[in-house]
Amino acid sequence: MIKVTIDGVETEVEPGTTILNAARQIGGDLVPPAMCYYSKLKGSGGKCRTCLVKVAAGSAKDPRPMPKLVASCSTPVQDGMVVQNITSPEVLEARKGVVEFLLINHPLDCPICDQAGECHLQDLAFEHGSAKTRYEEERRSFDKIDIGSKIQLHMTRCILCYRCVFTANQITNERVHGVLNRGDAAEIGTYIENVIENDFSGNVIDVCPVGALTDKTFRFKSRVWFVKPMYAHRNCDKCCGKTTIWMKGDEVFRVTGRKDQYGEVEDFICNDCRFEKKLTSDWTVEGPAPIQKNSVQAQNKYLQGIKVDAPKNIGYGNISDR
Amino acid sequence: MARKLLLENINVPGIKSFDVYRANGGYRSVEKALKTMSPDDVMEEVKKSGLRGRGGAGFPTGMKWSFLDRKSDKPRYLVCNADESEPGTFKDRFLMEYIPHILIEGLIVSSYSLGSNSTYIYIRGEYRWIVDILENAIAEAKHNGFLGKNILGSGYDLEIYVQPGGGAYICGEETALIESLEGKRGNPRMKPPFPAISGLYNCPTVVNNVETLATVVPIINMGGDEYAKIGVGRSTGTKLISACGHMNKPGVYEIELGLPVDEFLNSDEYCGGIRAGHTLKAVVPGGSSVPILPAELFYKTKEGVARLMSYESLSEGGFASGSMLGSGGFIAMDETTCIVRNLWNFTRFYHHESCGQCSPCREGTGWMEKVLHRLEHGHGSMSDIDLLVDIAKKIEGNTICPLGDAAAWPVASHIRHFREEFEYHVKFPEKVAHSPFAHSADYKRELNTVLQ
Ligand SMILES: Cc1cc2nc3c(=O)[nH]c(=O)nc-3n(C[C@H](O)[C@H](O)[C@H](O)COP(=O)(O)O)c2cc1C
Ligand code: SF4
Ligand code: SF4
Ligand code: FES
Repeated sequence: MIKVTIDGVETEVEPGTTILNAARQIGGDLVPPAMCYYSKLKGSGGKCRTCLVKVAAGSAKDPRPMPKLVASCSTPVQDGMVVQNITSPEVLEARKGVVEFLLINHPLDCPICDQAGECHLQDLAFEHGSAKTRYEEERRSFDKIDIGSKIQLHMTRCILCYRCVFTANQITNERVHGVLNRGDAAEIGTYIENVIENDFSGNVIDVCPVGALTDKTFRFKSRVWFVKPMYAHRNCDKCCGKTTIWMKGDEVFRVTGRKDQYGEVEDFICNDCRFEKKLTSDWTVEGPAPIQKNSVQAQNKYLQGIKVDAPKNIGYGNISDR
Repeated sequence: MARKLLLENINVPGIKSFDVYRANGGYRSVEKALKTMSPDDVMEEVKKSGLRGRGGAGFPTGMKWSFLDRKSDKPRYLVCNADESEPGTFKDRFLMEYIPHILIEGLIVSSYSLGSNSTYIYIRGEYRWIVDILENAIAEAKHNGFLGKNILGSGYDLEIYVQPGGGAYICGEETALIESLEGKRGNPRMKPPFPAISGLYNCPTVVNNVETLATVVPIINMGGDEYAKIGVGRSTGTKLISACGHMNKPGVYEIELGLPVDEFLNSDEYCGGIRAGHTLKAVVPGGSSVPILPAELFYKTKEGVARLMSYESLSEGGFASGSMLGSGGFIAMDETTCIVRNLWNFTRFYHHESCGQCSPCREGTGWMEKVLHRLEHGHGSMSDIDLLVDIAKKIEGNTICPLGDAAAWPVASHIRHFREEFEYHVKFPEKVAHSPFAHSADYKRELNTVLQ
């Protein structure tokens, strides 16, 4: 075990643990936000730069600080390392910059986006962003693409975290889903709108931190805060069969993997469970799913003080924008 | 005449061919190394020479070679970086096009030292015709027993392959280059691990610039100590400079490091001075990513010391009042140059070439380009200038690879040294809107008269 201090809190971790995972072992506010790293996806991380931290002392042996901020998700801790996250104004400033960068080309079409209420970018912007934008230019936009009959790609909202790419790489041996073009013209693509032919392709929806990949069987059926997440399971020969089903009354609106407090699924689920099993009778319901700490459902952010008329509240904006 | 080591025989007719190159002393270093030296001896000479990477960062080559993991049982690779895409830099092209055998010779000796049996030249796709030149040179060398199995009876085997890229600047970054060479999308990798431990096909790899590897030839021929006597301080040896812009004699020059900048720009042996009737306004001394220097700070440091063409002297003053030697892409601009337009042009390049992996560079480069486009066309505001500085600051140091920094440095330095000219664009939009260069020469005078 090796020692590491993060924001003044000391902890011991296995050698090879990243700073981010060490912070997650401590928990609380000092955990850096992560938009691209996903512990279940090999090779993920390092791209979004929201998890930047300052290494004030490299290790006990070599206590010099690191010259630049480092991505905590892909930097392993050294024995005696001292890390600053929320105690470093430099980190907070840089993070604010990253959030701004992530938002300048984002359509901010939350009112018509299915991810609203469970979007990591919303949370990130809420916690680390500033209220005003300095961006006056035109935002980039793309046409919507169907990836098969069940998944829709709305590239305009993508933050290019590459999580779906790593998911696709993990479930298939061929290169079927990746990034085309470069820079801010880069886009996720299956190359000429191919379908990812795989029983587990639906998991790209769960890993996507924003509303770029959405479940077509759930689109515009309801806002997530009007449906109740329940843990449920069924006997499945393809996957673990353990899921979260999102219900209103007796109806199953959608099925997702079970997510932990960092929004990561515990286990990938198959397309059968996700797209085909929409009857309560398909499932053995275990009980209410724990609500994630920063979910709108926990904080009632949108419901407080607003009179909501459920059916009318969904889907404003242009029909053609959806 | 100053000493030439790489371009000594450049004017010998037919030097492109093996026979002429050989008759002029070519491939001596291969004979010397393979017959009389161990691989480590070769590395020692390179260390002693003080040679620093000519690809831009100036990292000591011998030290880089010593990091190569020689203990692992995996094959080791040498990769030659011929992606040369930095605006203003065209020296590798010149070397490969006119004297290709010096690169092949350098590659053989270096590969021998590093223990690489398959060495790759990764060349930018736009240099299509040079691929043929290099392949021809490789075939000639092989035909004459300098490549292939058991070279010169030493028991050492080597093949050299030329791999053209698709034409992306980012594939010059060494880990993106490796990805591209493996047939993948040219995204830079996260470091560590460094290529010296895990590079091409996850094997220990050294990536060096064309000029760096060609320079191994004179080093082995003359000995590292002798080579280190040329130059000044830690800037040893000679360097190719690709000079362009408003000068009388643009071109590729081999200089001894430590040459006074004044002599380089103004003497007839080199650039021959700024074109008649004009004066120097600014210089970008090392390729588009390095900070721009106004004429005063180019000739002399802030302390008034005359600058030299060397790694140390050009960076004297840090980023506040200095720059870098970089890859040797020397761009001189006279008073007719619009600095805002120049910066817009540079930034457009980085926007276009960002791989898009990390958010600050992907989004920031595009944002800066759009703001600059507005400013240049007379639609900017004063706050845009500070905005640009702030965006650059938020990119710098926060990205995966140095392309982010390379995009931020020009923005920061252009504004630092020429803020007035940016302000002029805001104050007199009608003057800049339709004539991108017309105002440049006399904007200072105009500013004063209009303000009175
Ligand atoms: C965006 C970017 C582009 C680069 N392009 C080149 C290039 O075209 N040619 C080159 O030799 N080095 C280039 N480099 C530097 C290489 O990463 C690497 O440092 C160099 O090839 C090492 O060789 P050297 O030690 O011989 O200089 C680039 C670096 C970056 C970050
Ligand atoms: S589509 Fe979603 S998961 Fe894929 S790269 Fe974009 S934001 Fe990430
Ligand atoms: S800094 Fe730019 S070029 Fe480098 S990895 Fe990030 S996005 Fe790609
Ligand atoms: S989570 Fe570390 S860079 Fe994205």
